[in-house]
Amino acid sequence: MAKSAYSSPGKLGKLERHIIVVWVDNEAGVLARIAGLFSGRGYNIESLAVAEVDKKKHISRITIVTLGTPQVIEQIKLQLKKLIPVHKVADFKRNDKEILFRELALFKILGSQKKMSKVKKICKNYNPVILDKSKKSCVIQVTALRREIDKLALDLKPYGLISTSRTGAVAMTRGAKIFN
Amino acid sequence: MPKLFTGAEIVFKALEDQKVEYIFGYPGGAVLPIYDELKNHKSIKHILARHEQGAGHAAEGYARSSGKTGIILVTSGPGATNAVTALTDAYMDSVPLVCISGQVPTHLIGTDAFQECDTTGITRPCTKHNWLVKDVNKLAETLHLAFEVASTGRPGPVLVDIPKDIQFKKGIYKFIKGKLKNKLNGKALIKPSKKVLDQFIEMIKNSSKPIIYTGGGVINSGPEASELLKEFVNITGFPITSTLQGLGAYPGDDPQFLGMLGMHGTFEANNAMHDCDLMINIGARFDDRITGKVDKFSPYSKKIHVDIDPSSIGKNIKVDLAIVSDVKELLKGLIKRFKEKNKNFLQSNKGKTAKWWEQISKWKEKKSLNFINSNKVIKPQHAVQRLYELTKNKDTYITTEVGQHQMWAAQHYKFNKPNRWMTSGGLGTMGYGLPAAVGVQIAHPGKLVIDIAGEASVLMTMQEMSTAVQYRLPIKIFILNNEYMGMVRQWQELLHEKNYSESYTAALPDFVKLADSYGCVGIRAKTPDELDSKIKEMIEVDKPVIFDCVVDKAENCFPMIPSGKPHNQMILGPEEEEEISDEGKILV
Repeated sequence: MAKSAYSSPGKLGKLERHIIVVWVDNEAGVLARIAGLFSGRGYNIESLAVAEVDKKKHISRITIVTLGTPQVIEQIKLQLKKLIPVHKVADFKRNDKEILFRELALFKILGSQKKMSKVKKICKNYNPVILDKSKKSCVIQVTALRREIDKLALDLKPYGLISTSRTGAVAMTRGAKIFN
Repeated sequence: MPKLFTGAEIVFKALEDQKVEYIFGYPGGAVLPIYDELKNHKSIKHILARHEQGAGHAAEGYARSSGKTGIILVTSGPGATNAVTALTDAYMDSVPLVCISGQVPTHLIGTDAFQECDTTGITRPCTKHNWLVKDVNKLAETLHLAFEVASTGRPGPVLVDIPKDIQFKKGIYKFIKGKLKNKLNGKALIKPSKKVLDQFIEMIKNSSKPIIYTGGGVINSGPEASELLKEFVNITGFPITSTLQGLGAYPGDDPQFLGMLGMHGTFEANNAMHDCDLMINIGARFDDRITGKVDKFSPYSKKIHVDIDPSSIGKNIKVDLAIVSDVKELLKGLIKRFKEKNKNFLQSNKGKTAKWWEQISKWKEKKSLNFINSNKVIKPQHAVQRLYELTKNKDTYITTEVGQHQMWAAQHYKFNKPNRWMTSGGLGTMGYGLPAAVGVQIAHPGKLVIDIAGEASVLMTMQEMSTAVQYRLPIKIFILNNEYMGMVRQWQELLHEKNYSESYTAALPDFVKLADSYGCVGIRAKTPDELDSKIKEMIEVDKPVIFDCVVDKAENCFPMIPSGKPHNQMILGPEEEEEISDEGKILV
């Protein structure tokens, strides 16, 4: 007999990366409710982006990137829908071609002008914008996919990257369709 | 200009409009304005508990036995934190509660003021929703919404935190109904479509080894759901088993009822669950005490799951037909549709399930609830059986604590009506039963209310005896006293090489003297001979009673599904260790 009054864990299903979009009333504590649901039930948050999108109705849109088995992803959606301030929940697989994802990152780089031009070159495919520039430094903004930003951060390291700030992914459908 | 009311007045106006009769509570600094207002509202009676946890469990007992929403009123800080166990208990067992807590004045929130705590933060994971009311004009709306959230869909606890200055401030009162319904988009209230019902019926017709497995959802759906369940079982002729929380929804002494299932369920119920080809789950949630090892759970069956909570479906067990519905609504539609098309089903289907019933009676022959009785010491199972026999002709309400006694009560006390059985199943809260009995007796004056208790559990909330005495609630605390935390001891015996680490209570109070000091009646039974007469004496007394039933210290609760085992590998009892004498063998 196993030494526990509980059963041992079964086989774990295959993990999938999903983007969960949640529309909520922008009221005190709502983010804690969402985050608390994830931590309390042992779900995973890889990134989280939130801001009010409807000033009149005070609706915020939360975009959560999470990793879980199909059963866990289903539970996440169902549990989120039970929360009182939640209006609707949308869910996408990370590799869904119909969905656009973007993450924004700011990089602060120290170094000579020569290095800077090299930096610009590395970033050129990711809509780089120089937001600030001094003799010794610059702040550069890029928008890209998560793994691209991961790679950029690595690539920029030798060129004097000293600080990174990232938003977490936001998502939107292609074409005329909207989330339902 | 509309008439203005203070926050405290608004609280009571809302309670009156919600037809609240009883509040279970405990006063303190941050709720004094509300307590001050109590005197002006004669239709609402306050029951003073001795601890906020006791108030919470009493409100649970009140709610579960009456179908109404239970109300708790507590102060800030420790008042609120003491209520957390009861709120969590209600959350796990789907009991509708509204907890109103006082909070320090708004300008002091966040300053670590006296008796301040982050009540909404602490109770967020153990309530369906909670609110901190910072605007007196939103108080009425919030309170009514709170009642609606607590009682809609899968019921559960909610909390409204009201800062003291809001209780004094004046604002508007309005009774707005049905705010939430729009929000849920009627999600939980959809009537199952004909297509789904036909699918359901098709599965019923295709099955030769069916089992109906019902849970607390049937009870929560109201007494009518239990009536409909009886009809459904009747017209299908299928066997039925129940979870701990579902006991009473279907008559416990009916031949189609296989007894409770799960870790300490009957041999026939668990084997039927394992071998069936169709499992009809109505209002139960595939809890781990039911399923055992998930991978090996009922491997050959198609499964139907009816639950009001969409998140219960597919959480632990994948099913073939999922129906999000209130049990009553579903059964109503299903029975109607079934009768339209299958007039003679019971007769025509008899042959198909005959073999299955034969198999079930073979399992029944094991008489898995048997135990070896004694004429020297009282066996706890025997005590529950005698209690049942001597009280079954009354409309008796049973609460329990948590542990062996709880399982023995579930196994040996037969319930024929819903709302008669109040036990902490999900959270497993020791100390639940005594205060719950207080709440049950409040809801049902004149009825016999018994807490089947263990001596360790009952000491956790023993102070509520004082509440019972104050309000003249003749509850009976029937303690199966084995001086051990019995279930802990049992697990230590079976799983931890009999290392009885800290499970023996070396210094117990004299329960008869304790009863005396509370001003109630103490009775002790030490031998099987005197048991019946002492139980009768207990029933006769019109006062609260603490009954110290001194039982066998070493008895274990069987049958049992050991951890990691499927339903068809139960331990039936200690037969290997002890000889069974014929005269002592009790057949159940």
